[in-house]
Amino acid sequence: MIQHVTDPVLEVHDLTVSYQRKPVLWDVDLTLPKQALVGVIGPNGAGKSTLIKAVMGLLPLNSGYVELFGKPLNEVRRKVSYVPQRESVDWDFPASALDVAMMGTYGQLGLFKRPGSREKKLAMEALEKVGMQDFANRQISQLSGGQQQRVFLSRALAQDADLYLMDEPFAGVDIATETAIIELLRQMRDAGKTVVVVHHDLQSAQDYFDWIILLNMRLVASGPTAQTLTPALLEKTYGGRLTELSRVSELLHKQNFPIRETKPTRKK
Amino acid sequence: MNALWEFLSMSDANVRFVTIGSVLLAASSAVVGCFTVLRKRALVGDAVAHAVLPGVCLAFILTGEKNPLILLLGSFITGWLSLIVIDAITAHSRIKEDTAIGLVLSVFFGVGILFLTSIQHSGNENQSGLDKFLFGSAAALVGQDLITFGAVAVLLLLSVLLLYKEFKLLSFDTAYARTLGMPVRGLELLLTTLTVLAVVVGIQSVGVVLMSAMLITPAAAARFWTDRLGAMVLIAATMSAFCGAAGAFVSFTAPAMPTGPWIVMLLSLLAILSFTLAPRKGLLARYLLQRRVRRQMTRENILKTLFQLGEGKGEYQHSYSKEQILERRQQPLLRMKDGLQTLCRQGLIQKNASGWALTESGKKEAQRVVRLHRLWELYLTQYLQVASDHVHEDAESIEHVLTPELEKRLEELLDYPTADPHQTSIPQQP
Repeated sequence: MIQHVTDPVLEVHDLTVSYQRKPVLWDVDLTLPKQALVGVIGPNGAGKSTLIKAVMGLLPLNSGYVELFGKPLNEVRRKVSYVPQRESVDWDFPASALDVAMMGTYGQLGLFKRPGSREKKLAMEALEKVGMQDFANRQISQLSGGQQQRVFLSRALAQDADLYLMDEPFAGVDIATETAIIELLRQMRDAGKTVVVVHHDLQSAQDYFDWIILLNMRLVASGPTAQTLTPALLEKTYGGRLTELSRVSELLHKQNFPIRETKPTRKK
Repeated sequence: MNALWEFLSMSDANVRFVTIGSVLLAASSAVVGCFTVLRKRALVGDAVAHAVLPGVCLAFILTGEKNPLILLLGSFITGWLSLIVIDAITAHSRIKEDTAIGLVLSVFFGVGILFLTSIQHSGNENQSGLDKFLFGSAAALVGQDLITFGAVAVLLLLSVLLLYKEFKLLSFDTAYARTLGMPVRGLELLLTTLTVLAVVVGIQSVGVVLMSAMLITPAAAARFWTDRLGAMVLIAATMSAFCGAAGAFVSFTAPAMPTGPWIVMLLSLLAILSFTLAPRKGLLARYLLQRRVRRQMTRENILKTLFQLGEGKGEYQHSYSKEQILERRQQPLLRMKDGLQTLCRQGLIQKNASGWALTESGKKEAQRVVRLHRLWELYLTQYLQVASDHVHEDAESIEHVLTPELEKRLEELLDYPTADPHQTSIPQQP
C-alpha cells in the first residue's frame, strides 16, 4: 500500500542509505501530501531516524534523491525545520532555554549577524507556544526530559517553517506533555503545515496521525492512516526483519562491496 | 612592593611588550579553548600542541633562521597535519579516537625532539633559543615576534567575536546547524584552524608541553562560575589574561623564573579554587548544603522523638533526659548535643532540671514532621501497594523533604486521613 500524491510537500525517490557500508534503508519511494500530520512507524532499527536525517541532508545517499516543495533541500531550507532526538546533544551545555529557542532564528539571520530583540521576541513566542515561557532563563540541564523536548520543539517553531521533521519528540515525555505536544502539532497542521513525526507507540498512532509511513528497512506502506494501520501491513512491518535484506547488508559490509556502482544523479 | 609598582607603571618598554604579549596570547587561547572544551576536543588540542614542535624545527632547518612568520607557518602546517592524521586513522581503521590521539601526539612530539636534538648538534649559531619552544619564554616576546604573534591573537579574538553565534550552535548541535544551511564544514575547519593558531601563538609563552593547559584549564574553571556561554568565555579570558600578566610579572622580578610554567601554575590554582569555592557547583558549596541538610534532619528527628515519647500519655511538653531520648532513638551523641543546643536557641525546646521539653512552637514543628511521616506511610500503602511493615524506613527520610505543597496534595489524595497504616493517629494541622 504505497499511495502517491500529486504536488507533494516531500518526495523521496528511490532512496538507499547506509551506515558504514551497511544499507539501513532500501529503495524507499514515497510522497507526502500538504497539511498532514504524518507518523513514521516501525520497529527499532527500521531506519525511521535515518529516513528523516536523509531528508534533511545529514547523511550521504547511496541512491535516489529527495525533493521538498518540488525543489532540492538547499533551495528551500527556510521552509523546512528539523527536531533532532533529545539525546543527540549534551544538555550540560552552558545555555538557557531561551538561548536554544533563539537558535531557531539563526538560519534567517545569516552569518555574522547577532540575534537582537526581534529574534528574542520570536524565541519567546515559540517558548510560549510550548508552555515553557516561565523556564526561559533556566539552564537547560536543569529541565526535565519533557521540558527539554519542548525546548527543542520551540527552537523548530522559531524557524517558522512549512514542513517539520521531528525525530521521536515523544521519547521520554510524560503523558501530559505528550498530549500538549500533539495538540500543538494539530494546530500546526490546521494552519497548513506538514508535520512528520517518528513515533514508537502503535496505539496512539491511530489517533495522532492522518498519514502513516510504515518502515522496516524498506518501505512497507505510505498512505492515509485508515488504509495503512491494518493488521496485514503491521504484520509485514513488525513480523520480523526480512532476513535476506539483513544478510545482504551484512555481506556488503563485510566484503566491502559498493552499495551502488554509480553515484546518485540528480533528477534533471 | 616597589617591583610591583614599577611593573604596573609599564615604564620599561620591554616589560610592556612581554606583558601585553602574555595577556593577549593567554586570553585568545582561553577563548578558543572554551569551544574546544565544549566540543569535547580537549585532547585534540593537546595533540596539536605537541605536533607543533616538528614544524618549528623543520622550518628552522629549511631556512636556517628564526623568522617568526616562517616558524609560525611551519608549526601551523604540522599542527594541522596531526589533525588530519588523527581523523584519517579514526575513519579508516578500527583504532578509536583516544588511541589515535595518543599515537599522533607521541609520534609527532618524538619527531620534533629528534629534529631539535639534531639542530642543537648542527653548530648553527642561530639555533640558540629554539628550545624555548619546549617550555616557552615570554621574555623573548619582543619586537617583530610580538607584532606577529599579537596580530594572530587579535585575529583569533575577532573571529570568535564575529562568529560567536555560529560557534555556539556548532558546539551545541552540529546536525541542527547543518539543517539550517550553515556552512558547517567550513565553520568546523575555521574553528579547528583557530585552535591550531591559538596553540601556535601560545607556545611562544608557555611552550608545547604546557600548551593544552592554556586551552583547557580556563574553560573548565570558568564553567563552574556560570551557566551562560558568553559569561563563560569572558571569565575564561579574564582569568587567563590575569595569569598571563602575573606570569610576566614573575619573570620581571625574577628573570630566572620560567614564565610559561608560572602562568600554567597560576591558572591551575585558579581552577582548583573554582572547583572548590564556586557557588552551587563547587565542592565546598555542595558540602555545606549536605551538612545543612544533615543537621536539619537531626533536629527534626529530636523533635519527633520528644513528641513520640509523650504520645502514649498525651502529655507532649514533658521533660526528658538525653538518655531517654537516646533510648527511644539511637543517634551519635555529639550530633544530638549540637542539635539540642540549636533547637534551644530556636526556641523549639527548653532545658530544665530534668532534661529537655518541647515548647509550644516546638510541639507544632514536631507534629508537622510526624504528620508528614505518617502521611507518606499511608500514601505508600495506598498508592504504591507497599506492605505496611515496609513503609517506615522510607518515610524516615521522606518526612524531611516533603514541601507544604506536596503535603497538601497528599492530604487531598488520601482524603484528609486521621490514622496511618499502623493505626496510630495522624496529628492534624493546627
